[in-house]
Amino acid sequence: MISAMLGYGFMQRALLAAVLVGALCSTVAFFVVLRRLSFLGVGIAHTALGGISVGLVTGLNPFLCGSVFALLSALAIGDISRRGRYDEDTVIGIFFAAGMAFGIALLSSLKGYYPEIFSLLFGNILSVSTADLLILAAVMVAVLLFISLFFKELLAISFDEEAARAGGLPVAPLYFGLLAAMALTIMVSVKLVGIVLASALLVIPAATGYRLSRNYRAMFVLSLLTGIGGSAGGLVISYLFDLPSGAAIVLFMALLFGASMFYRPRTIRRKKGGEQKNTGDGPLYKNI
Amino acid sequence: MPFLNEKSPAVTSESLSVRQNAHTVLEEITFQVAPGEMIGVIGPNGGGKTTLLRTLLGLIRPFAGRSTLLGCPSARLGPVRAKIGYIPQKRTHDRRFPLSAADVVQTGLYSPETLLRPIRRPQRERCREMLEMVDALPLAERSFGDLSGGEQQRVLLARALVRRPLLLLLDEPAAGLDPKAQYLFMEKLRQLRQRFALTILLVSHDLASLAAYVDRILCINRTMHIHGEPQQVLQSSALKKIYRCSYDLLRMAASGEDENR
Repeated sequence: MISAMLGYGFMQRALLAAVLVGALCSTVAFFVVLRRLSFLGVGIAHTALGGISVGLVTGLNPFLCGSVFALLSALAIGDISRRGRYDEDTVIGIFFAAGMAFGIALLSSLKGYYPEIFSLLFGNILSVSTADLLILAAVMVAVLLFISLFFKELLAISFDEEAARAGGLPVAPLYFGLLAAMALTIMVSVKLVGIVLASALLVIPAATGYRLSRNYRAMFVLSLLTGIGGSAGGLVISYLFDLPSGAAIVLFMALLFGASMFYRPRTIRRKKGGEQKNTGDGPLYKNI
Repeated sequence: MPFLNEKSPAVTSESLSVRQNAHTVLEEITFQVAPGEMIGVIGPNGGGKTTLLRTLLGLIRPFAGRSTLLGCPSARLGPVRAKIGYIPQKRTHDRRFPLSAADVVQTGLYSPETLLRPIRRPQRERCREMLEMVDALPLAERSFGDLSGGEQQRVLLARALVRRPLLLLLDEPAAGLDPKAQYLFMEKLRQLRQRFALTILLVSHDLASLAAYVDRILCINRTMHIHGEPQQVLQSSALKKIYRCSYDLLRMAASGEDENR
């Protein structure tokens, strides 16, 4: 049955896109989860609707307009919340709603029915063209280059931003770089799962890795496996059961995350079972 | 390099004032720290101690006045940052953050010089040496979030030391620890201070536990109130009447308890 699926050219492209988007999203998701930027991802994806609508109304490339919009709103949200006068949550909440409202207002000026709009909101991976694959590959190279070059610094900043700043690391540029990477990643995922579901890909893979591992290397690998396996598996499921690809992918990933919750990490077991190891504090404690 | 001059003070603060949201948080703070000295900065919670450290580190821009660390102005610390170890005020670390104790120590090596450069084996060895120095080598592979409060603070001390600093800025490093862990931490600090000839500026709201370790004490509650050797500060009869921060001290001295717990 799967070999029949792969007989179609559009399905081959869709599967390739699913694997690439899965890999890209789970890499970015690693830092989204560690820095707790999930809601920012949701905000960026929804704000992008404004830019996409600008494209649809003016006849410019909707993807390009959406990317510029997403990028600018990500940087604006980051900048406003870093100034510390408003909570990040509040700023995202406003951008999220305003971006969507702007998009809806623009779209209402269009006469007739635009099937593209439904695809934009919920994704249509079966319409992936070779050009889309090339854009996806270019974004992937840029984002993976950024993350692999600054991986250790991004990790250190996620752990303790204050110490990283005092140590002289370029915290703000790296933060904005990460936001830009998020915005671009979301835009290329929109083709796959749509605006409404894109942010799920920036959370679920890493959340699964985070559940399963206490070591960042293992978490990274598990996140990657969940991302690639989830999006490829979801696509196959959508083909087999005739489901929308975006919904099938997100549901399948959520299922993987759900399964990970049944795994009990070793540390919890150790605490329940018997004494903890002597860590050097012991002998003195006995004397007090 | 400015920090190589042994005679000049390690820390200077001249009429330093800081305002945040139209409130004056620090006012006219003036003091100097000589190389090798250990200074305790005490004062009530919200008295501006953390702000003082962050301003010295150039993380907050002062409203007026100037400060230097190791001879460099706080606003442009540049290369001397590599010679400063810092333990920020304790936050609730994400208990599941996927870093081991050794990974955490390694983050202390990162600086603008290590950007785009991998951390090599000799540097990783140094991380392990530092863990050994704070008696935490057996914890190296344990998840940082699983460690006890005292163990975590010693690992963070190792992270500060792995830079081979001349100056340590410690923000409430022993707060929230039980008396045994506090004692272990302070004793370890005393040993390491002698071994590496460190200059230390240590912030605490707990004068009683500091007095035995520091050379001088600064008492700060927005402005600088007392500045002197621990015995002078402790015996200052004016303390209770004039300075709010004495209440912490007196209550703790009477009960032997950390008021925060």
